[in-house]
Amino acid sequence: MSGAPAGGAPDEEETTGAFRRSRGRVSARFTAAQAVILRNLVSQVAELMGTAADPGAADPAAPGSPAGQGPAGPGEPALSIEELAAAIGAAGPTSPPEDPVLARLLPDAYRDDPEAAGEFRRYTEQGLRSGKVAAAQTVLATLPAEGGRVRLEPEDAQAWLRALNDVRLAIGTVLGITEDYEDEMEAASWADPRSAYLEVYHWLGYVQDSLVRALW
Amino acid sequence: MSVAPAEVEREETGLDAVPDTPWVTIVWNDPINLMSYVTYVFQKVFGYAKPKAEKLMLDVHHRGRAVVSNGTREAMEKDAEILHGYGLWATVSHDR
Repeated sequence: MSGAPAGGAPDEEETTGAFRRSRGRVSARFTAAQAVILRNLVSQVAELMGTAADPGAADPAAPGSPAGQGPAGPGEPALSIEELAAAIGAAGPTSPPEDPVLARLLPDAYRDDPEAAGEFRRYTEQGLRSGKVAAAQTVLATLPAEGGRVRLEPEDAQAWLRALNDVRLAIGTVLGITEDYEDEMEAASWADPRSAYLEVYHWLGYVQDSLVRALW
Repeated sequence: MSVAPAEVEREETGLDAVPDTPWVTIVWNDPINLMSYVTYVFQKVFGYAKPKAEKLMLDVHHRGRAVVSNGTREAMEKDAEILHGYGLWATVSHDR
């Protein structure tokens, strides 16, 4: 597990992306750039989870999915989890159980019993996928693309927690995150294709941690 | 490791009235999930008080895994399913 990522200043001034609680609801302010990145990443997880569990249906190496045509739409900066995976050699045509991101988001419930794990998956995977898609859609519905203040009802806050976690799991798995990733982050050069993702990963942890603390 | 008693109400399974306990739900450590988040999830899912949820989280963190609930196989599968929804790495196993 990972501790709380260091984030904004602990003074009275509000930091963007930091949730606070007031009058029974949690809220945070996001800049347009933060909103675009978050919406983009959450959309990618929704897309990944919305894909039918068909080995041929979601081939990350398939042509026709160039950068800039992702969920962020044209003209918006795109951080692509798939491109990151390709850049560090983790991608390729894979069937869902072999894809490490899918395996982490949809884990086996039995460690040493493939048959029981398969049965469990048969009955639960679709529901798990649609729950993750729904959480992502809640974020997209409550976070304006131009940024601004987000106020969340309790149920939406739960969806945000899960959606933020799914994005962190996806990026963290591709990056091969360890508990010492903050040292790596400092050591990574700008030329390293991972460095931008490490920064985003770190920031997502900060946002999520602030949301947990606002809900406590 | 101590087995955490399940505090949430379990549905009667009806046909499987023969108790085939003890089954357990285990949560495994991973480097991605935040300690604060895991604690929060244990509170939310099992209704544990924060100190207990925190202790369980630290067990996972330091020992690599912890038993978070026990009961029938069906109940444990339900727990694992809920925990997967929160992105925790949970498995079900027969406590032998």
